Amino acid sequence: MQEGAVLEMRGICKYFPGVRALQDVDFTLREGEIHALMGENGAGKSTLIKVLTGVYPKDGGEVYIKGVSGAALIRSPQDAQNAGISTVYQEITLCPNLSVAENMYIGRTKGAMTNWKQMNQGAGKILKSLGIPAGPTQQLGTCSIAVQQMVAIARAVDMECKVLILDEPTSSLDDQEVQKLFGLMRDLRAKGVGIIFVTHFLEQVYEVCDRITVLRDGTLVGEYVIEDLPRVELVSKMLGKELDDMADIKGEAGGTAVSLEGAPVLEAAGLCSSAGIKPFDFSIRKGEVNGFTGLLGSGRSECVRAIFGADHVTGGTVKMDGKDVKIRKPLDAMKQGIGYLPEDRKGDGIVGDLSVRENIILAFQVMKGFFHPFSRAQAEAFADEYIKLLEIKTASADTPIKSLSGGNQQKCILARWILTDPKYLILDEPTRGIDIGTKIEIQKLVLRLAAEGKSVTFISSEIDEMLRTCSRLIVMRDRKAVGELCGEDLTQTKIMATIAGGDEE
Amino acid sequence: MPKEITVDRQGRIRNRVSMSDTNLLLTITILVFFILYLSAVLFLGGGFTKPQNFLNILNNNAPLIVLSCGMSIVMITGGIDISVGAVTCLVCMTSAVNLEQQGGNILTVVLIGLGIGLAFGVVQGFLVAHLGIQPFIVSLAGMFFAKGMTTIVSKEPVRVTNEGFLAVKETRITVPGLGAPNKLGQYIPAYVEVGVIVALLVVIALFFLLRWTRLGRSFYAVGGNSQSANMLGINVRRTKFLAHVLCGLLAGVGGILYFLHVGSGDVANAAGDEMNAIAASIIGGTLLTGGVGNVAGTFFGVLSLNTIKRIVSSLGFDEAWWSNITVAAMLCLFLVIQSVVLLRKNKK
Amino acid sequence: MKTSVKEPETQVKRPDESLFKRLTRQQLFIPVAALTLLVLFNLIADPSFFAVSIKENSLGNPVLSGNIISVLDNASELVILAIGMTLVTASSGGQDISVGATMAIAGSVILRMVCGTEVTADTLHMPLILAVLIGIFVSMLFGAFNGTLVAYFKIQPMVATLIMFTAGRSIAAWINNNQLPIMNDISFKYAGTFLPGIPVPTPIFITAFMILVFWLVLKFTNLGLYTQSVGINANSSRLNGLDPQMIKLLTYVILGVCVAVAGFIRVSRSGSINYSRIAENIEMDAILAVALGGNALSGGKFNIYGSILGAYVIQFLTTTLYKYDVPSTALPAYKAVVVILLVVLSAPVVREKLAGMKKAPAKAAKGVS
Repeated sequence: MQEGAVLEMRGICKYFPGVRALQDVDFTLREGEIHALMGENGAGKSTLIKVLTGVYPKDGGEVYIKGVSGAALIRSPQDAQNAGISTVYQEITLCPNLSVAENMYIGRTKGAMTNWKQMNQGAGKILKSLGIPAGPTQQLGTCSIAVQQMVAIARAVDMECKVLILDEPTSSLDDQEVQKLFGLMRDLRAKGVGIIFVTHFLEQVYEVCDRITVLRDGTLVGEYVIEDLPRVELVSKMLGKELDDMADIKGEAGGTAVSLEGAPVLEAAGLCSSAGIKPFDFSIRKGEVNGFTGLLGSGRSECVRAIFGADHVTGGTVKMDGKDVKIRKPLDAMKQGIGYLPEDRKGDGIVGDLSVRENIILAFQVMKGFFHPFSRAQAEAFADEYIKLLEIKTASADTPIKSLSGGNQQKCILARWILTDPKYLILDEPTRGIDIGTKIEIQKLVLRLAAEGKSVTFISSEIDEMLRTCSRLIVMRDRKAVGELCGEDLTQTKIMATIAGGDEE
Repeated sequence: MPKEITVDRQGRIRNRVSMSDTNLLLTITILVFFILYLSAVLFLGGGFTKPQNFLNILNNNAPLIVLSCGMSIVMITGGIDISVGAVTCLVCMTSAVNLEQQGGNILTVVLIGLGIGLAFGVVQGFLVAHLGIQPFIVSLAGMFFAKGMTTIVSKEPVRVTNEGFLAVKETRITVPGLGAPNKLGQYIPAYVEVGVIVALLVVIALFFLLRWTRLGRSFYAVGGNSQSANMLGINVRRTKFLAHVLCGLLAGVGGILYFLHVGSGDVANAAGDEMNAIAASIIGGTLLTGGVGNVAGTFFGVLSLNTIKRIVSSLGFDEAWWSNITVAAMLCLFLVIQSVVLLRKNKK
Repeated sequence: MKTSVKEPETQVKRPDESLFKRLTRQQLFIPVAALTLLVLFNLIADPSFFAVSIKENSLGNPVLSGNIISVLDNASELVILAIGMTLVTASSGGQDISVGATMAIAGSVILRMVCGTEVTADTLHMPLILAVLIGIFVSMLFGAFNGTLVAYFKIQPMVATLIMFTAGRSIAAWINNNQLPIMNDISFKYAGTFLPGIPVPTPIFITAFMILVFWLVLKFTNLGLYTQSVGINANSSRLNGLDPQMIKLLTYVILGVCVAVAGFIRVSRSGSINYSRIAENIEMDAILAVALGGNALSGGKFNIYGSILGAYVIQFLTTTLYKYDVPSTALPAYKAVVVILLVVLSAPVVREKLAGMKKAPAKAAKGVS
């Protein structure tokens, strides 16, 4: 172990079926430092932390903890707690049916009995010192999300720990609460505790952290001292900018010389949904490719979900080809000629146990209706056509889709929507977690579709991809559209500056 | 800091207004029971006013109280066990055969009851907690297994004539201060059977377990959110396993009490009691989704359920089928209420 | 639309696998193997088990008789229930445990209709077909009740159907005022016994007809694709324009139809009804049939023919056990053991362990090379 290090992870690997979540990642945490772990969604931050805390077993590599000789064996969250690692997870991992005080003490007290008086007093003291507006006997579920998160933090802080992990703890906190948390973090740093801080708020990283480790696509990009890494450079490292071999596919596919005039295919005004986005206006023209960009949680997916009727739409109007339409549920949108490839391929996209063929024809079949199934021959013809067209690698059309690689699964979902011959296709992160070759293929396909006169919304965490495919970008921050870039403004620096926000001043 | 003061006050106000789900549902249950019983006394009078008639609800339902408590514990951890009625039946039959044909005594009966209950609890707990099989399927198979075993032990009803056993069965414990004159004007003191004392002890012990022990609190944590409980450092598998073991054990105890109450082994014993236990738990404020519930509520759930049954029968609907329909209707009502409450909570 | 998607193509392409392994992976392996074992056992123990003879029945008509005929005949209700149960399992990932009780209701309704207000009726008070249709309609309503609780109130299927499981037989008794109506008109018993002049039991024809209907429905509608899609991934199905809740409800209503037909056969066999004993424990057999057919009880992909075969296997087992003097009341214990074995073998944890044991040597071999 390095001198002064409190935690070292070497060559950590983790695989999920069909996905390489972590590949040979190193990470070092020193005593008395706040260390930011950065990366876009799917970069592997949360996976790394869950491996460290024993929620997931690791498939390779070693973990060393100060005071433990040899590689530490952490097989469960209990082991991690005993080794001095306490964690606040991204999603709240407390029990909503228990009281605040119980949530702070359960699972870490010794003895068979619960001493309510002592526990409530102890909890009361901590709550007061942290200024958390909750009583120890209050049921946790009745507290606001922010208070629940503060309780989780209080629990973690109260444990005598060497390593404190905060996995996106601030997303539900307001500024004052964040400042309180930062004060707490600085105190712990002074006591020599090593803190791993995961967040997607850049301001917060630069306010409180000493060091940054950046992950991308499950691999380590690098470790940097905060002073050496300006904001824009951090964003570019997180998003990755390989402007190399696949430089100019725009030209290859005939370019996106789409006129920005002409009648819009879809116009939305004041659209908002139960997912909590601020009302936004949006329109797209025939043959146009545009995009929503912004960091994770900025609301880009929620916008397109509202257009497709995937979330409960709470307000706003939508026009297709100039005519008012009501889109309440996905089927309405599909009938209007809208297709939607969802962000969460596994959860919302594929129907895992069904065959490739059934997955491809699903949407078109639903549009055709319950009493009009495609004949076997017809379905096979459709499937074979698109397997060939999109070069989907599968043993046969009968193979269950879940046994395909991520990229090929995504191609099947694309095929599903192209088969319905939509006027407007929404692709939310179609390239996430798939290999680079397939990424390029998908981008080319998008441009080809546009050239055929379809309108496409393309969302990606990778700015390069957006630059290569989109002629107009809507930038989102904090669930609000904060800018629209097109023409000459479509440059990497300009986009990153708009996303980062803070650097403009 | 002005914000903190207001915030503190808010916290205090909130503390006073809102109670935990468990306590809220418990309060509702107790209220429902008293309103039911009082309105029965007021509008139907007669039988409902006599203390002995009230105590007979306890006498008749002591086994059900124990079964329901076990059911509540499993339900608090988010599971279910529908084998309890059949296990009760199996315990009765085995005990009866043991007493009559194998020269057993009270002690062997107790050992048989606990042994059978424990065996069912351990096997089902293992399948649910360690192999991750749906508790419903596991206990459905358990139920059928117990039913089949009962008839293998004896198809014919077995009446018990063992004197030592009958002495315990006939023991009546008078309740001081309660009683009523009979038709001849003699004062008859009200009594309870031995089983009631055992059932009350079980309720008190479990109340204590759930409220003040680490294991008891783990049941709630696992039922509230088993993933979170795991991350908070609770051994989820062991907790679920122990809940099923406890439920099996209580089914055994319930079987002994049932046997003590009816004094015979019969394949029809405790028929449908798994349903009554589930209904009593749900009416008693145990959430089917886990994490919320209380054995005190379950106790009042059993009382409410039987009060309703008696009200329905004294209204003239005294055919046997009305009791089942009433139970199912109550169950349906409370299930739907729970589901609506939960769906609304989730939407927030 | 074909629901029994086997994958011979992909499996044939793996030359390194033994024939045995390929066989065991087929969905229908379990029921076929179980059936083969039972047949072999009976062949060795007593070949006369398979003898079929022609006897005169009580009406003096020559009819086929023998264990095999009895298996095919007595399995009818179970096969029909298994079809509906398969759909419910696929769409909602749970099972309806109230089928026995709702069979009692359907049977009670049908008897009530044909007997009118009489307890013992000698003639039909209503055309039989109309009575059966009313029975089917009532049964669909109860199916819709279960389906609503499951789909819209999101109550676990087994708990939701527990309500009808408790109340069903009592409702059946209530429909006939707890009297036991007896239908003496001979034509009422045609469906449960024999049609005049035909030596094969009618339930076999009804079952064949139901199988044919579902084969056609699965071929000419998207029922199969939709239920599987909803059962596997409800989110994804919704984003593809399906209404998962509606489809779940639909499967419960369809099960209601199956239950009514099965209930009709059952009351038609005797012309009477015993509310507490009719179709007792049949829910267990129906669930077992689905599991035996190689369908996951957690829902998703299904093979309806597997369930049908599973139902026949169960009846075969029951008949065999009867032949060796196992009392009918003890049967549940044996079947419970079979259920537990099946669910244990199909539990993910156990499967992983088994797969791990097979893979471990392979990994070691790779490590060396």
